[in-house]
Amino acid sequence: MTEGLIVSSYIPLLAILCPATAAILILLSSKRPNVRESWTIIAGILQFSLIASMIPTVLDKKVVQCLLFPQTMFEGIAFGFKVDAFGLIFALTASFLWILVSFYSIGYMRSLKEHAQTRYYFCFAIAIFGAIGVAMSANLLSMYVFFEILTVSTYPLVIHEQSEEAIRAGHKYFAYLLTAGVFLLFAIMMTYYLTGTTDFTNGGIKALAELGSAYKLTLIILFFCFLLGFMKAAWMPFHSWLPTAMIAPTPVSALLHAVAVVKAGVFGIVRIVCYIYGVELMTSLYLGIALACIAGFTMIVANLFAIAQDNLKRRLAYSTINQLSYIILGAALLTSNGIRGAMIHIPFHGFMKITLFLCAGAIMVVTGKKNISEMGGVGRKMPVTMLAFTITAFGMCGIPPACGFISKWFLCLGTLQAHEIVFLFVLLTASLLDVVYFFPIIHTAFFKQPEGEAKAMEVKEAPLFMLIPLSITAIFSVLFLLDFILGLNVISMYFYKLVEVALENVI
Amino acid sequence: MILAEHYPVLIIVISLLSAFTILIAGWLNKKTCLPISLATIFVQLLLAFSILHHVVIMREPIHYWLGGWAPPWGIEYVVDAFNAYVLVIVLFVCLLTAIYAKRSIEKELPRKIVPFYVVFQLLVTGLCGIIVTGDIFNLYVFLEIASLAAYALIAAAGGRSLKASYNYVIMGSIGACFYLLGVGFLYSVTGSLNMHDLALLLPPLYENKVVQAAFVFFVVGISIKMALFPLHIWQPDAYTYAPSAVSVIIAAAMSKVSIYAFIRIFFSVFTTEFIHLYVPIADVLSWIAAIAIIVGSVIAIMQTNLKRMLAYSSVSQIGYIVLGVGLYSTQWGLYGALIHILNHAITKGCLFMVAGAIIYRTGLRSIKDFEGLGKKMPYTCAAFTLAALSMIGVPPTVGFITKLYLVLASLEAVEYVYVGVILASTLLNLVYFWRVIDRMYFVRKEGAGENEHAIKKEEAPGSMVIPTLVLGSLCVIVGLLWLAGAETPLLPIVDQAVNALLGTGVAAP
Repeated sequence: MTEGLIVSSYIPLLAILCPATAAILILLSSKRPNVRESWTIIAGILQFSLIASMIPTVLDKKVVQCLLFPQTMFEGIAFGFKVDAFGLIFALTASFLWILVSFYSIGYMRSLKEHAQTRYYFCFAIAIFGAIGVAMSANLLSMYVFFEILTVSTYPLVIHEQSEEAIRAGHKYFAYLLTAGVFLLFAIMMTYYLTGTTDFTNGGIKALAELGSAYKLTLIILFFCFLLGFMKAAWMPFHSWLPTAMIAPTPVSALLHAVAVVKAGVFGIVRIVCYIYGVELMTSLYLGIALACIAGFTMIVANLFAIAQDNLKRRLAYSTINQLSYIILGAALLTSNGIRGAMIHIPFHGFMKITLFLCAGAIMVVTGKKNISEMGGVGRKMPVTMLAFTITAFGMCGIPPACGFISKWFLCLGTLQAHEIVFLFVLLTASLLDVVYFFPIIHTAFFKQPEGEAKAMEVKEAPLFMLIPLSITAIFSVLFLLDFILGLNVISMYFYKLVEVALENVI
Repeated sequence: MILAEHYPVLIIVISLLSAFTILIAGWLNKKTCLPISLATIFVQLLLAFSILHHVVIMREPIHYWLGGWAPPWGIEYVVDAFNAYVLVIVLFVCLLTAIYAKRSIEKELPRKIVPFYVVFQLLVTGLCGIIVTGDIFNLYVFLEIASLAAYALIAAAGGRSLKASYNYVIMGSIGACFYLLGVGFLYSVTGSLNMHDLALLLPPLYENKVVQAAFVFFVVGISIKMALFPLHIWQPDAYTYAPSAVSVIIAAAMSKVSIYAFIRIFFSVFTTEFIHLYVPIADVLSWIAAIAIIVGSVIAIMQTNLKRMLAYSSVSQIGYIVLGVGLYSTQWGLYGALIHILNHAITKGCLFMVAGAIIYRTGLRSIKDFEGLGKKMPYTCAAFTLAALSMIGVPPTVGFITKLYLVLASLEAVEYVYVGVILASTLLNLVYFWRVIDRMYFVRKEGAGENEHAIKKEEAPGSMVIPTLVLGSLCVIVGLLWLAGAETPLLPIVDQAVNALLGTGVAAP
C-alpha cells in the first residue's frame, strides 16, 4: 500500500463513525423502538454510501488514507485507515449487508418478541464498527484494535437468549476468540520487533523477507501464531466456536457469523499472506503448502460434519467453515487465479451464505422449526424463501445460477496454475460433499409431505421485512454471475474490478 | 515562573494546615469538612499541574531548599518530570475520592465524619510529601505519616477491619523498619541523606557490603509497602474491609506512591550501573513480578467477594509495574512501568468505586448476588465494564497499552516466559472479570423468570456515580491518548521521566 498514489480523505473516518454514532443514539432512544431502529437504517445507508464513494478513487489505483494518529507511541506504527482495493471489497460487502440485515432484524426481533432489543441493536452497531474498522485498517496494530472490539461486542449477541446454555456458548466463544487475540497480539508485536513496522505492504514487508535464513524458523513459528490469531476464520481443529455460536438470534448468525466475524478472520489471513509475508516469502518457506493442507483438511472434514447435522443453522455453520477454507486455500495457492478466487469469494460467499441464514431464520419465525428433518413441505408453504434458499444453495455447491460458480472456477484454475492437482481434487470433492448436504434440505422442503394436518400447506410467507432482504441478496447472488458471463456492466461489476486492482498490488 | 519553585512546598504546607483547619472547622460545623478538603485538594491539583507544566517546559527539575538550607545539609524538595507525573495522578485520584467519599462516608461512618476528613487530608499530605521530597529520611517521615493515616482510616470501619488494620500495622512497620535501616546504613557510610548527593557519593562505594545491604533493605521494605508478592499478605484484608472510599484511595493512590518510592530509590539513589554490576536484582524482580502476575490472578479467580477479588487483582497488577522495572534495560520496560502507574490508578480506582457504590446502594459484596445489577445501576455497571475491559486489556483501553509495552520489552529482552505470562494474565483477568460482568448483565436470577422488567433503576447518588464514570471513561480516553503518541502531551512527559531516571541520579544538576 505504500506505493501508488495516496489520497488523504476523511471519508474512512466518517464511514466508521456512522455505526459508532448510531450505537450511542440507539442507547439514547431505547424507549422508542421505531426511532431506535431508524438510527440503524440511517447509519447503514450513510455508511454504505460513504464507502461506495471511495470506489472510483480506489479503482484509479489510489489508496484512500486517513491516519488518526500518524505516529503512535511506537515509532513506525501509525493508527488509522488506509483503504485499498482488497479492504474496500470487504467493507462494501459488510456495510451493504448490514442495511439488509437491519431490515431483517426488525422483522425477526419483533415477530419473536425478543427481549433486550436495545442491547441487541447497540451491540450489532458496535460489531459493524469493528468489522469495517478491520477492513479499512492501515496496519496490523490498528486492525488488532478493531478485531478485539469485534470479538467483545459480539458476545452479548451470542448469549442473547441468556439461558444457561447460551452463556456457556458465550464462554466457549470468548475462550476461543480471545485466546486467539492473545496469539495475534504476540505475532503483531513480534513482527514489529523484527521489522519495525506493521504496515500492510504490497508484496509483503521487505524487512521481513530480508531477515535471512537464520530467522527461517522464527518466521514459520510467527506465521502459525498469526494463523492461531485468526481463529475467527474457523479453520480446523479450531472451529468449534462457530457452530456453538449459532445459538445467537438468526440475524446475528447471518451477518456476524457468516460475514463480519469469520470474514474478518479470513481477511486477516489473506492480509498476512499477501501483504505481510508476501507471495515470494510464503513460497520460499513452504508456508503456502502448509496453509493449503490445513484448508484442504478443513474443507473435507467440515463437510463431513455438516452432513451429520440436523439443525439447519448448525449445518449452515459447518458449511461456513468449509467455505471459509476455500478462501484460505485460494490464498495459500499463491497464484494469481487462486488469490483472485479467494478475494472474490469473500463478497460472494457473504451474499450467498447470508441468504441461506436469512431463509433459515424466516422458516423459524413462520413455522418455528429448526431441524431439517421437520421441514417437510416448507417449500410449498414458503415458496419465495425456499426458492432463494435453493438458488444460493446451488451457488454454494458451485452450480450456476448463483455466483459460487465463479469463485470455484477461479480456485480450480488456481490449483492448476500452482500445479497442485491434489488440491483440485480436494476442491472438487468438497464441492461434491456440498451437494450431499444441501440437496437433501431442498428435497425435504419441496418433495416431502409435512407431518400432521394439511392446514400447513397454505402459503404463508415471512413478514416483508424479512422476505425482501433475503430476496435481494439472492437476486444479487445471481446478478454477480450474469454480470460476469454476459459482461453486463451493472453495479456488481465493481467487485471484479476491485479484485483486479487488488491482484495487481499483490503479484 | 520563579513562583513555581515554591509550589512543591506549598502543596505540602497547604495540605497539612488544611488537615488541622478541618479539625477545628469540623468541630464547629460538620458540613464544612468536605468543602475545605475539596478546595485544598483542588488547589493542590492545580499546583501539581503547574509544576508539571513548568518541569516539562523547562526540561529541568524544580529544586526547593527548605528553610533556605542548602543541600546536603538541609532538606531539599526536588520535582522532575517523574515526580510531577505521579503527583498529578495521585492528587487527581484523591480529588475524585474526596467527592466520592461524601455520601459513602455519611452512610458507612456516620459518626466519624470529621475525623475521617482530618485523617484523609493527612494521608494526602503524606502521599504528596513522599512524592516531592528529595531526601531519603524525609521520605521516611512522610511514608510514616501516610501509613499511620492509612492504618487509622482502614480501622475506622470497625469489626473485621480492625484485624485487617492491625495486620497492616505490623507488616507496614516491618517495612518501614527495613527502609529506615537502609537509610541508616547509607548515612553511616556516606554521611548524607540527600538523594542527589547520595547518587554522587555512592559510586566509589558500590562494592561496599554496607551499601549493598542497604539496597536490599530498601527493596524489601518498600516491597512490603507496595504489596509485592509474596509480601502482600496484609493487602487483601486491608482493601476488603476498609471503608469503600478508603479502599479507593489506598488501592489507587497509595500503592502508586509506594511504587514511586521504589523506582526513585532504585534509579535515583542507586543507579542502573550499580544494579547492573553489583546487585543483579533485575532478573529476580522480573521473575517475582511474573509469579505475582499469575498467582495474583489465580487467587483472584477463587474469590467470591468483589473487593477481595479486586485486591488480589492489584497484587497481579503491581506485578506488571515491577516487571516493567525489572526490564529497565530494554527500550520499553520503564515506559511500561510508568505508563501502568497511571493506567492502574485510573482502572483500579474506578473498580473500587464501583464496589463501594454497589455496597452503598444494595449492600451486596458477593459476586454471585449481582444478578440484574446492570439494570438496577446502569451507570455504575457501565463504568465497571469499561474498567474491567481495561483490566483484561481490550483495545483501545489503557490496559492494552501497558500490555503492548510489556510484551515488546520482554521480546527485546528475549524472555519469552514473560511474554507468555503477560498474555496468559490477559486470559486469567478475563476469567474473573467477565464472571462479574456476566452476573451483572446476563445471568438471570433463579426463579425470577421473565419479570426482569420489574427491576427498578436504583442508581447510587450522583456524587458517587460521577467520579466513577469519570474514571471509567478515562480508561478509554487515556488509552487513546497513549495511542496517539507524541501528539498528546502525555507520552512526552513519560519520555522525559524515563530519561531522567535512566540518566544520572536525580536528574540534571
